[in-house]
Amino acid sequence: MRSCRAISALVSQGLDKELSLRERFSVWLHVMMCTRCRNFQTQSRFIRKAARRYTDELQSRLSNKP
Amino acid sequence: MTDTLLTEQTLAAQRPVLFRYALLQLRDSELADDAVQETLLAAWQSAAGFEGKAGLRTWLIGILKHKIADHWRRSAREAVAPIFGRTDEDDGEAEVDDYFMSSGHWNGGPKVWADPEAALKQQEFWTIYEVCQNNLPPKMANVFMLRELVGLDADEVCREAGLSDANYWVTMHRARLRLRECLEIRWFNNTKQEKNHA
Ligand SMILES: [Zn+2]
Repeated sequence: MRSCRAISALVSQGLDKELSLRERFSVWLHVMMCTRCRNFQTQSRFIRKAARRYTDELQSRLSNKP
Repeated sequence: MTDTLLTEQTLAAQRPVLFRYALLQLRDSELADDAVQETLLAAWQSAAGFEGKAGLRTWLIGILKHKIADHWRRSAREAVAPIFGRTDEDDGEAEVDDYFMSSGHWNGGPKVWADPEAALKQQEFWTIYEVCQNNLPPKMANVFMLRELVGLDADEVCREAGLSDANYWVTMHRARLRLRECLEIRWFNNTKQEKNHA
């Protein structure tokens, strides 16, 4: 069983590249039982979404400036 | 030049990425738009200079950087601090890894967040988000923003920031761990937010 440190790193990598079948399987197995890593997975996806929206937010804030 | 055909469409397709890059540097939509147009025009005129090796986007961003530098040279006012790109500063000594215990288990670690989707609609959330993003060490912020805000691919970010693959993974993971912790402390665990929902 891999550690949360290793699994969370894989979760992060999975956002940027395709993980191997073995890696995906170990993440899947781990997050089924580990709430914190599951939360990390959800949250890192949310952070990506927020980051992508940030430039739009910035743009509308800049154009609303007096 | 049959293998590196640069059409108007190919160039136009890169516009959103270039615009986000320029906006984060110039902090002004119109200026950013101008810089991008000048870049695309310059690219169009010197299409023969594009060798296709370094990748189209890397080449275009190289031109855009010059346009942005030109702008600051021409403009009388002080350069605003760009939101990213302060790569000259050093992030200091390697930060101590306190997100995990020596056993590899989380030290504290991610709690459940209540309704993150709702947060995206609140102005106050974006203020907090910006604070957290600004709290990243400069080099880390640069890498994170090139990837997630500008929208470059991982290998393009490595080229831009001069990072090895291994460094890239570590940097992005740390950035996510930091942002996550900051958002959790300042927003999702904050009582102020609960009041807003009450
Ligand atoms: Zn875990």
